[in-house]
Amino acid sequence: MANTTVSHRVILHFPSRVVNQPVISNFIKNYDLSFNIMKASIIPDQEGYVMLELSGDQDKYNAGISYLHDAGVRIEPFSQNVQRSDERCVQCGACVGFCPTEAFHLDGVARAVVFNNNLCVACGLCLTACPARAMQLRF
Amino acid sequence: MPKTIAEINERIKRGQAVVATADEIIDLAREKGIARTAAEVDVVTTGTFGPMCSSGAYINTGHSQSRIKMGGGQAFLNDVPAYTGFAAVDLFIGANALPDADPRNRVHPGEFNYGGGHVIEELVAGKDVRLVAHAYGTDCYPRRELDTLVSINDLNEAVLFNIRNAYQNYNVAVNASSKTIYTYMGILKPNLGNATYCSAGQLSPLLNDPFYNTVGIGTRIFLGGGTGYVTWQGTQFNPDVPRTANGVPRRGAGTIAVIGDLKQMSSRYLRGISMLGYGVTMAVGIGLPIPILSEEILAYTLVTDADILAPVVDYAGAYPNRSSEVLAEVSYAELKSGQIKVRGATIPAASLSSYQRAVEIAQTLKKWIERSEFFLTERVAPLPGVESGMSLKPLTERR
Ligand code: SF4
Ligand code: SF4
Repeated sequence: MANTTVSHRVILHFPSRVVNQPVISNFIKNYDLSFNIMKASIIPDQEGYVMLELSGDQDKYNAGISYLHDAGVRIEPFSQNVQRSDERCVQCGACVGFCPTEAFHLDGVARAVVFNNNLCVACGLCLTACPARAMQLRF
Repeated sequence: MPKTIAEINERIKRGQAVVATADEIIDLAREKGIARTAAEVDVVTTGTFGPMCSSGAYINTGHSQSRIKMGGGQAFLNDVPAYTGFAAVDLFIGANALPDADPRNRVHPGEFNYGGGHVIEELVAGKDVRLVAHAYGTDCYPRRELDTLVSINDLNEAVLFNIRNAYQNYNVAVNASSKTIYTYMGILKPNLGNATYCSAGQLSPLLNDPFYNTVGIGTRIFLGGGTGYVTWQGTQFNPDVPRTANGVPRRGAGTIAVIGDLKQMSSRYLRGISMLGYGVTMAVGIGLPIPILSEEILAYTLVTDADILAPVVDYAGAYPNRSSEVLAEVSYAELKSGQIKVRGATIPAASLSSYQRAVEIAQTLKKWIERSEFFLTERVAPLPGVESGMSLKPLTERR
């Protein structure tokens, strides 16, 4: 039976009581996943987070995620964290051209640029491609 | 029946001026006809909001105790170098300036998160900016180092002075090469994968006055959320380009240099912009009022997106090599539909300038005039016309 390989971008939130435990190293060791840490902030005795791209065998990925869950880590898919600052956005519409999933569209005659978070797959492109730097990671 | 600017101003003063935006005037004239519309409408307002690289501001910081002569030394605003070739405490900050420590394109494409445009945006927003200066010291200006916070309210003068804005028409950018390129026209995907453009089309200031019949030196305008003035033709002013039958330039043509008090502007209309792999710049909001002095002047403001043609240029080949090759001409109606046709291929098109904000500017200017808050000025001198023989010279290198 062929194994499916998956790749996901997730944010792991560590409550302060979990930060001091070797959760991450166990996770990586025992579930044979490759990972690419994109951003992290872990300070002893405080809440922390790690944003990473995980890839590996689907079954092992699922098992790894439930291990993290049981260890008290909150897991969030990355896409919900790609947000638009309406204050920064200048409504240019450049994103309509570069977003690979068409998460942006122009609305009606007024040509307002609408962002549909549900279509976003968190590729990260808009974070640096939006000229006004209006697309931000928030969590 | 021709009107004068003085008559229009009299009507503005009485709160009776009839104003329409360059969008609205199209339907209005279709309904009422040119003669009646020209008689009834006093002013047509235009608007544009997009990246305009040749923008900047000069400031006078006031003198520190003891005095420092930044002129001939070095000065930085939030680490972004300002030009110090003036007297002791006059500085110029350009929109494209980058901090010395910015990695540029060392890792390509560079992110260019902060630069001169952002400094100007923060000043306008009233935020504190760190001024650091190194000077050589003189008997009358003994100080050599300065490190202080300043805000726009601390400055004697803070004046926006943009030497080329509001391009009359502009290139549509595509990429005919086989790899993605990062340009001032945005990210261009290989093999004509997408197209970008940067003009408000039928709402754009100089496209509504294609032969500069009303705009000139001294014209009061909406600038960056406040009022400003046209000071001169902008750099690279090039009126003698191919035009359509109704006079609309089919290439980038006229430009304007503009000035205005930064202290009354708003960061909603002056925005630091980062172009991936290219650099920083500033998005500027400009609105030009066009006095409807005659039927001819009105007729020019009736231009529609379908009438305005823009050249499609390959930014991987023709543009960097300064070749004048144009792959196709497309109308703003096609561009705004989101798709254009180039050499048989259908290409998605996206804008870099904000149409929504351009409409907002034209509407704001309309409101100012209707409320007697903005009066028109008589120009002091016209901009050079097609007959001036002025043209765009390339740089010929020599030793
Ligand atoms: S590219 Fe950025 S600034 Fe422009 S419309 Fe999209 S989110 Fe807004
Ligand atoms: S992260 Fe990617 S998919 Fe999501 S909105 Fe930005 S460009 Fe589109």
